[in-house]
Order: sequence, then C-alpha cells, then structure tokens
Amino acid sequence: MPDPVLQVEDLCVSFTSGGVTADVVRDLSVSLDGGRTLAVVGESGSGKTITGRAIMRLLPRGASARGRIVVAGREMLSADERELRRARGFDVAMVFQDSMSALSPYLDVGAHIAQAVRLHNPSVTRRAARARAVEMLDRVGIPEPADAVRRFPHEFSGGMRQRAMIAMALVNRPALLIADEPTTALDVTVQAQILALLRELQREYGMAMLLISHDFGVVGSAADDVLVLYAGRQAEYGSLRDIFDQPAHPYTAGLRAATPRLDARLHTGGERTRLRAIPGAPTSLRDAGPGCAFAPRCGLADQVGERCVVEAPLPTVRPTSEGGGLHLAACHLDRLPAPQEVAR
Amino acid sequence: MSIAEIQQTEGRGTPALRRFLRKQSVLGRFLRKRSGVAGLVMLVVPLVAGLCAPLLVWIEGQDPSTLHTDLLDPDGGRPLGAFGGVSADHWLGVIPVTGVDLFAQIVYGIRSSLFIAFGASILSIAFAAVLGTATGYFGGWLNAVAGRVIDFMFGFPGLMFVIAIMAIVPPEMPRGLVLVLVLAFFGWIVPARIIGAQAGAINARAFVEAARATGAPPWQIIRREMLPHLFGLVVVLFAMSLPGNVSVVAGLSFLGVGLRGDVPDLGKLLSDSLSWIYSGADVWYMLFPGAVVFLIVFGATLAGDALRDVLDVRTEDAA
Repeated sequence: MPDPVLQVEDLCVSFTSGGVTADVVRDLSVSLDGGRTLAVVGESGSGKTITGRAIMRLLPRGASARGRIVVAGREMLSADERELRRARGFDVAMVFQDSMSALSPYLDVGAHIAQAVRLHNPSVTRRAARARAVEMLDRVGIPEPADAVRRFPHEFSGGMRQRAMIAMALVNRPALLIADEPTTALDVTVQAQILALLRELQREYGMAMLLISHDFGVVGSAADDVLVLYAGRQAEYGSLRDIFDQPAHPYTAGLRAATPRLDARLHTGGERTRLRAIPGAPTSLRDAGPGCAFAPRCGLADQVGERCVVEAPLPTVRPTSEGGGLHLAACHLDRLPAPQEVAR
Repeated sequence: MSIAEIQQTEGRGTPALRRFLRKQSVLGRFLRKRSGVAGLVMLVVPLVAGLCAPLLVWIEGQDPSTLHTDLLDPDGGRPLGAFGGVSADHWLGVIPVTGVDLFAQIVYGIRSSLFIAFGASILSIAFAAVLGTATGYFGGWLNAVAGRVIDFMFGFPGLMFVIAIMAIVPPEMPRGLVLVLVLAFFGWIVPARIIGAQAGAINARAFVEAARATGAPPWQIIRREMLPHLFGLVVVLFAMSLPGNVSVVAGLSFLGVGLRGDVPDLGKLLSDSLSWIYSGADVWYMLFPGAVVFLIVFGATLAGDALRDVLDVRTEDAA
C-alpha cells in the first residue's frame, strides 16, 4: 500500500499568552490516503481549524506545534520557510470558509489563479498562466470563463467566489486539500453544488481531502471517514457508517442527536421527537483537569463514576461494521446504551 | 430558472462597457474625474509658477528684492491703491513697509518653501510607508523595536532639536537641503505608526492568509496584497503632512533659523503679514500668499482622493 498522503502523529498545538500555556490540540494521530475524505468535526474551539492550519504550518502567532506532520512525504513541522512555500499550494492547498474575504478585493479572479500557477512554475509566462486560469474556471463550472477571469471578487456571487477559490486551490493539483468549512457561508442549494464539485474534482485528481466542518449534514454527504474532536482531543475516529450508526463516544452520540434527520420518524416509529442539545458549554482549555474533557457535560459519566474525572480516556479500538476500517473512541465506557438514554 | 442560470445572469452587467472601462489606463480614468483634474490643476499651476519663477518675474518686469517705497503711504507704510497696490506693473501689489513686489516674492517663495515641504513630505512618508509595511507584515521583534523607537521619538523634543541643528548649520551648507532632511527626520514618526497599525490589520485578513496558503513569498504578499490597500492611507498622510511642513518652514524662518533672511519664502510672507491682517491695514498681503498655499494643499488632497478612487477597482464604475 502506498504511503498515506497525510500522516499526523502525536500532534500537540499549544498557545502561550501571558505565561499561561494552553493545549488546543493534544495527542492527535490520524492518517489519510489519496482519494479519501476525512471530515474533522467538532464545536467551535474544538481545535479543528487549528489542526488544518497546523498541517499548512499557518498557525497564528504565539502558537507552537509539536509532533509529526507528513504531507506527501514532506515533514511539515521541521521544514524551513523555503520548503514550506514550495509545499503550500503545491502539495497541500486550502479552501477557506469566507470566500469574500479570502480573495483580495484589488485583484481580479484570474490574477489569483495565475499567481498560484506562477508561484510554483516560474517558467510559465503570464499569458499562459492566464490561459490556465480560464481553463480552471471552466473546470469548476463558472460560465463564460474567458470573461469571468477579468472580473473582481465583488462582482461574483458567493457560490461563484467559492468556485473561484477552489480553482485557485486546485490549479496545481495538490495531493491534499484542506477545506475549512467550505460551504458554511453558502445557502443550502449552493452548498450541495460545491460539495458535489469538490467530490468530483477529488475523484478526478485523486487527491486526499480534509473536510473541516461542524455540520453533520455536510459530513454525511461528503466524508469517507470522520474524526470527532472535543476540546482539542480525539473523541472518536471511524468510518462514516460507524460514526453515524454506532457511535462509541457519548459526545458523538450527542452531536448525532442534535442534528435534524429526514428519516427521524422512521427511526422512532412515526413519533415526533425533539432535537436534543448537549447541555453545558465547551470545556475551557485552561482549567482542564486530569480527567475526560467531556465528563462535565456527559450524561453517562455517572455510570462510570470517578474514573471519568481523574483519568483521561485513551482512544481504544471499537467494533466496526462490515468493511468499516479502524474505529477508535476515547471513552471509559466500552459500549454506549441505546441512543435515547444518551443525552440527559 | 435553475441555479446555474441565476448564477449566470448575476453580476454580469454589460460586458462590453466593463471591458471598455477596464481597458482605459489609470490616467484616462483619472482625467474623467472632475475633482481630480481640478485638484491636479490647483496643484500643478503654482508648482509650475514656482519652477518658472525667473521667467514669470522677467515677464512682469520686476524682481523679488527691489524696494518701491514710492508706492507706499509715507504714513504707516501701507501700499497705495486698491488690493494692496495691484497694478499692471505689480500684479499682486507690493509688500507694506518695503514695497517689494509681492508676485515676485510669491513665485520665488513657492520655489523655496514648497520644494522644501514636498521634499520633506516625500522622504518622510516614503520612509514611514516602508517601515510601517515592514512592521505590519513581519511583526514580532521588528514591530517591538520599531515601536519603542517611535515611542522614543514621540517623547523627543523635535522642534527644539530642529532649532538647535539649524542654528549650528555651517553657512556654506545648503540650508534648504538641510531643512528637508531635518523635517523628514521628524516627519515619519506619526505616519509610520498609523501605516504600521493599518498594515498589521491587513496582514491579519483572510486574503493574505490565502496568499500565504498558496505559497506566496513575503515580498509578493506585501506588493500584491498589502500595498494596494495602504495606498489611499499613504496619499492622505502625504496630503496632511504637506501643509504642516510648509508652516514649520515658515515658523523656523520666523525664528530666524529657517531659510536665510533674503530668501523669499511663503511661510515667512504669511508670518510677516500677520500684524497687517490683525490691524486690517493690508489684508491682501496675507490673502495672496495664503491663497497659493491653500490652492496647493487643497489641490493635493483632491488629486490624492481622485487617484485613490481611480486605483480602487471597486469604485471604477462610479466614475
């Protein structure tokens, strides 16, 4: 089997401010093969965006990363500036959430894409790079690409801008695409189109995709595998089916119960059910105790007892459905009770 | 209509018109802005007058030093005739007490004081732009060091220092050039801090992050992503620093440490005319040079605004 495109081992990201250090990502290990999509899910502050930034080494000031990140054979954490510049946009590219602010208002759409081309192929002429931009705009489904290439971001609709940003990210055919909430700022119909486009281009280019999202609907329609983060720690990892149909972590189960489903009536025998919210607020990273970060909000902590408060659970292997691959969950409970009892 | 069709029609406008507008050069678009052209004229006419001062004065048939005491009221020394003694010989009248031709003084004054102010403003704002952009982009220790230096300069008694320096400048050195350097040395401080803050804010914006994620090197990010956003601010800061420098040159001349006493200088004219406008004896003495300074500063602001609008792609259609 070929090496995975993305390999993360024991990644820790910590912020230092005012002499206090807080781990926003702790002991994260995951790997991703070409052609596969891994969704990273979690509430805001769970460390999913920071994980994506750490892979590109685009961490904000004051943050430091330890561990090992390998993208397409390149060690990202030990790479120097030059190597990083070569890797960014070429081995690994990024699509951002807000396309309006992620495209420079002073450059036309073509300039964005042509710049990405020429940065990694300096021998390409300006004219050829523009031509490549037109081609790429056409590929991502923008009508009249020869005219669109001269337009500015503010002249595009949200969906078109997101398409342009995908064109900019994929023009060098990266091995890994990090899509940070790529559809969150879009309305639902456009969301589906953008996700379909991403899937299509992924198949065509054979690239791996890290899809950062908080939306289980998006995850369900695009991901192969799912990584659930809670307070910077790996809560659960598994194939989409395992995560959806047999979650092994109370937090995952809670997230599922909080997501509207079209088939809800079938599952409950036609009875109307309310969506359940997970009680409490995300755990503060600073005053995290030695125990499980989710314990204060967990409806099942009583069943285990003191262990949840004093000992942090490590990811352990859980049963998988047929052909499900690896399934890990970090919970002291070996088995979750039936879904109805999960949330308090 | 399907989604694709809606997207297709959205934001299309008339492609022909847009292409026409975009094809036009920056200059072409600038010239279609009335305020910009007016500003440019207001700025350029006095400057050209200053450049051609000897020629203009020769046409007028005067020079900036001859005394015409015969044109003055012997009692009090105010010029005879309307508008401060305006006549075919003396286009803007004469200066009270001495009877020197005011037009000649003004055009020669533009030469000395405005070129000093321009030189000092260009130098200081250029330095501030470079430093501010660098601190905004690189931040970290550079920002810390530059910030402390700026703090130190803020607390430094600049005017005293200028006066002290100008007092000991050896007579054989060109005083105009020394003034430019000294004013520039104290002029970059506030602009550098403002530009630095703005550059830092732009550096934190998502499109800079996106450029970094594409693998763009620092120089390219600064040039392509940051500078266009800073241009408007730099133009405004320049237009603001210009009148300040004019008045400092005037003040220094007034204190006797600016230009030599016999060198015409707009600022000196203005400060000399103060008592005449207080008493109301000869308001034209101040109005004529004042109008010239006003024209230049106002013109610089208008032209700067227009230039910023023209360079901003988002407002191009609103010309």
